[in-house]
Amino acid sequence: MNNTNAIKRSLKKRHLKERIFKSTGFFSIAVAILFLAVLLTDIVNKAWPAFWQTKIELTVQLDAEKLDLDAYSSKPAIMAADFRWVIREALMNRFPDVKSRQDKRTLYALTSMGAEFQLRDMVIDNPNLIGQTIKVQFMADDDVDAIVKGSIDRTLPESDRRVKNKKLAWIESLESNGQITTGFNGSFFASGDSREPEMAGIKGAIIGSLYTLLVTLSLSFPVAVAAAIYLEEFAPKNKLIDFIEININNLAAVPSIVFGLLGLAVFINFFNLPRSAPVVGGIVLSLMTLPTIIIASRSAIKAVPPSLREAALGLGASKMQSVFHHVLPAALPGILTGTIIGMAQALGETAPLLMIGMVAFIADIPQSVVDPSTVLPIQVFLWADSPERGFLEKTSAAIMVLLCFLIAMNAIAIYLRKKFEKKW
Amino acid sequence: MKISALIILLLVFAAFSYFMAKQKITTAYRQRQQKTKILTLPKYFGYVAALCSLLPALIVMLLLQLIEEPYINSEISNYLTHYEHSSDNDLGLYLNEIKSADTADKVAALSAEKQQVYHRYHEIETTTKRTHTTIVLSIAVLFVIWGMRKINTDTPARKVFEKIIEGLLLLAASIAIMTTVGIVFSVLFESTRFFGEVPVLSFMLGTEWSPQTAIRADQVGSSAAFGAVPLFIGTMLISFIALLVSVPLGLMSAIYLSEYASHSVRSVAKPILEILAGIPTVVYGFFAALTVAPWIRGLGESIGLSVASESALAAGLVMGIMIIPFVSSLSDDVLSAVPQSLKEGSLGLGATHSETIIKVLIPAALPGIVGGVLLAASRAIGETMIVVMAAGLAANLTVNPLEAVTTVTVQIVTLLTGDQEFDSAKTLAAFALGLMLFVTTLVLNVIALHVVRKYREQYE
Repeated sequence: MNNTNAIKRSLKKRHLKERIFKSTGFFSIAVAILFLAVLLTDIVNKAWPAFWQTKIELTVQLDAEKLDLDAYSSKPAIMAADFRWVIREALMNRFPDVKSRQDKRTLYALTSMGAEFQLRDMVIDNPNLIGQTIKVQFMADDDVDAIVKGSIDRTLPESDRRVKNKKLAWIESLESNGQITTGFNGSFFASGDSREPEMAGIKGAIIGSLYTLLVTLSLSFPVAVAAAIYLEEFAPKNKLIDFIEININNLAAVPSIVFGLLGLAVFINFFNLPRSAPVVGGIVLSLMTLPTIIIASRSAIKAVPPSLREAALGLGASKMQSVFHHVLPAALPGILTGTIIGMAQALGETAPLLMIGMVAFIADIPQSVVDPSTVLPIQVFLWADSPERGFLEKTSAAIMVLLCFLIAMNAIAIYLRKKFEKKW
Repeated sequence: MKISALIILLLVFAAFSYFMAKQKITTAYRQRQQKTKILTLPKYFGYVAALCSLLPALIVMLLLQLIEEPYINSEISNYLTHYEHSSDNDLGLYLNEIKSADTADKVAALSAEKQQVYHRYHEIETTTKRTHTTIVLSIAVLFVIWGMRKINTDTPARKVFEKIIEGLLLLAASIAIMTTVGIVFSVLFESTRFFGEVPVLSFMLGTEWSPQTAIRADQVGSSAAFGAVPLFIGTMLISFIALLVSVPLGLMSAIYLSEYASHSVRSVAKPILEILAGIPTVVYGFFAALTVAPWIRGLGESIGLSVASESALAAGLVMGIMIIPFVSSLSDDVLSAVPQSLKEGSLGLGATHSETIIKVLIPAALPGIVGGVLLAASRAIGETMIVVMAAGLAANLTVNPLEAVTTVTVQIVTLLTGDQEFDSAKTLAAFALGLMLFVTTLVLNVIALHVVRKYREQYE
């Protein structure tokens, strides 16, 4: 009886321990989920303003004489004309009290550096505008943008505020006149990188990423599938094959930055391939994703039942025919899923690309796989390093674009798996 | 001819040879008396002919491509000796200026002498390229003619074709070996050059790291110091913090998901963990640097601690969260490999669920878990972007997680992303660090994979 009592007494304690243990497990999961939620909301919150753009409406006089242009001017002539001056005049007309040199300079900084190009492009598109007085919505400078979106607090004392009282007064005057509007930031998706936060766009990085992935896919997919087929179907049991398998498993765990060192030493310094180009990035990333795709393809090939092979062989097909005509098509959905996951991994990879010089500031949109370019994750890295406040939201927005691509790729992978998965 | 155009031409030619060979054999089969059996389908003759035209030509093309640029450079240097441009240093600049003149304006801007060199350069370039194209195309044609003459209806074309394909498959599989060899050689080669300048011992045991060399010899800091101990300590500190976060959380999540969670919870939680694993590291780095680090700093200051704005703690914490899914999926594999009978035996003797897990499951799975932890450690050591963005650059020799430390990967990135000459000790140091990183992670991986495999065999 003593024993039973002792057990009964200890039972309570043991059950308590059980509950504590279980809730620790739950807590662990909760921490991970909570972290993910915080991360995503933080990024979406920071990114939101970047999708909106503040514009200032100004009345500009495209004086034909002062610009030295007419409706029949050629494109180079328009390109050479001084539109900066037109915008400055428009600002001066709007705020005629501004007299001192320094104040004028501050005033001119209300619109973005890109405003003159915006106006120039408008005139190139429609030369008839010359000689007219028109209302144009100009891109605002990032400081104005920050004030309007509220990311700079207007109530702060002037000494702590980036935008001083005078400028704030101008902005508020424009606002009360309805000359400041906010619209969807289309140029974010349509332009390349820039030193000015309000002009910086993501298109260059997206195109760079596409080119890089294209190279990666066209190299790693055939090679990985061929390797997987060989190792699963043809490889004899010998030392060489063992060595290959050990190598594949190890490469899967080699830090990605080491692949970058390989790319730098071998492809750039030895083979003299162009720096910063998607072609080198693609080669490095394909070496990096090979193990992933090989491992996924092997398990997909292994999952094809032997009866399929035997039936083919029994009907007189050669080994090669049985593999290429029957096993490979049956394993293809699994292989494709693995490939897409490998590509998603390559899309998010940054470190090896830093090594091969894809960190350069590149404002042009790459036109081919040998043009210098950046990729999405590197754009995130570059913008995250920039001191201007406007780049903070751009960084988050770039992250959102990157995550959208990743989600889309993974969704396709899951869809493929669900749709074509066969239980043999 | 441009390389892409050449490849397209070769492909077209391959298609052409395919049809020719197929046609030849089909006619041969038709003209034959219907006595003997047809052993090989005509298309296999076509495949063999196409491979005949493609493979040798492509190999030769690749080789030529490799020697083309050095050849042109040496030719132009020979030519330049007329102008007595002897110093090697200027030569590179000189050539670059000439090569970068791609528009008529730029050519016109060159000096008369340089214009002459420019034209000579283009002459050499055009003739070299033309020669290469001719060589490649004639090889393709010769091989096809040879192949066409060789084949007849008795050739075992399918077997030949399948042998070639099998060889190509083997080649694809051995790219893994070539990659490893490439990595080993590239880091080893540059590292030996580095160790020629800096003794191995002072690199491995030195406690001062300041790779910046001053431009003039009489400036402060004119001699760089390459003592990597602060980097090793920093890497270990951050990895240790990351493991401290990820191992318990990852293991407990795996246990909860596989032993306790209901089906619906599992179907939600597992994909979420997978999302965590799929987020690019640069995103974690951004989050660590801009959200977690200031938060930790604020928290520390509110209880009176001074926290560096790039504290090791922030980077380590975020890295730990990043590794959770990795640890959890490895532990999940390992735990599910423990035979059901062990668990049921323990439950049958009256142990509670948690007692079974702690006293039976985990001890039985321990080798596998240790292997998983080692893999996670190698992951943490090699992780780059989080530390590049959230950890410091200055090499402090400290184990205080609230201070800024730097890591091996951070230094590799900072040493190699600037504009330096490739041969300086500074850039070579990056390769020496890369060698250390590669060796460390390789050893960890080999041990881990070995342990895990031994463990699996134990229960199979």
